[in-house]
Amino acid sequence: MNTAVIVFPGSNCDRDLAVAFEQATGKKPHMVWHRETELPDGIDLIGVPGGFSYGDYLRSGAMAAQSPVMRAVSDAAAKGAYVLGICNGFQVLTETGLLPGALMRNAGIQFICRDVKLTVANSQSAFTSQYQADEEIIIPVAHHDGNYFADAATLDRLEGEGRVAFRYAEAVNGSARNIAGVLNEGGNVLGMMPHPERMSEAAHGGLDGKKLFDALVSA
Amino acid sequence: MKARVTITLKNGVLDPQGKAIHHALEGLGFGGVNDVRAGKMIELDLADGTSDADIEEMCKKLLANTVIENYRIERA
Repeated sequence: MNTAVIVFPGSNCDRDLAVAFEQATGKKPHMVWHRETELPDGIDLIGVPGGFSYGDYLRSGAMAAQSPVMRAVSDAAAKGAYVLGICNGFQVLTETGLLPGALMRNAGIQFICRDVKLTVANSQSAFTSQYQADEEIIIPVAHHDGNYFADAATLDRLEGEGRVAFRYAEAVNGSARNIAGVLNEGGNVLGMMPHPERMSEAAHGGLDGKKLFDALVSA
Repeated sequence: MKARVTITLKNGVLDPQGKAIHHALEGLGFGGVNDVRAGKMIELDLADGTSDADIEEMCKKLLANTVIENYRIERA
């Protein structure tokens, strides 16, 4: 499996994500700068990392969504490549329109940086197939704008189509229906606020995030 | 030619920042504030002849996220 990690000015989880990709695939990911208009040939998995792309100017992810590389990412997603957006990456994917909804300021105003308990809501996707249905896992979050919002009809559709991948198992940021991660219609794009790449080595204090990367490799 | 774009959260969308400001006003002893909603204002200096439709496009494509926000355009 060939992987790429997109790097924006202000990304700060790009190297962590690259390490997680390399551990899972045995191959170094391509690091792709935001000004690139094309991805290297044969990329199967694209990571859109966490951080503060463009200093969160205007809205988190809004400027990054307009960068040249995101057009290439959208094209690749349309052709079936896997796209994983984590934290700021999730915000970028909603701003790009690859995923529905928006990530708003946390209900409690404060930046939240801690381990949280999640429930695996869909264990059938390419990203989550190594989890059990309704399994509780621990993955850290670190965000200011993680409060997932979509209108009721969209939320109903996401739930009805099994497109909620993860839910918070505790109150975290005010997200609608406790949604922590959503899939696109094709199931090949996942956006999530928690950071699986920060829970994928024994030294991180757990391996709950590693299963997501391992699942992709076997998908 | 200048235009002013005011961006506000849609009705029904929770506004934690507005809430915090409301609390702070109450903390300062200002009574009678029923609600606070925070938004942002963007001033555009535009070439003469820029059409309303062009400004609308700017709002829809970038300046506002229409999932959660409304925008209002005023020409100055």
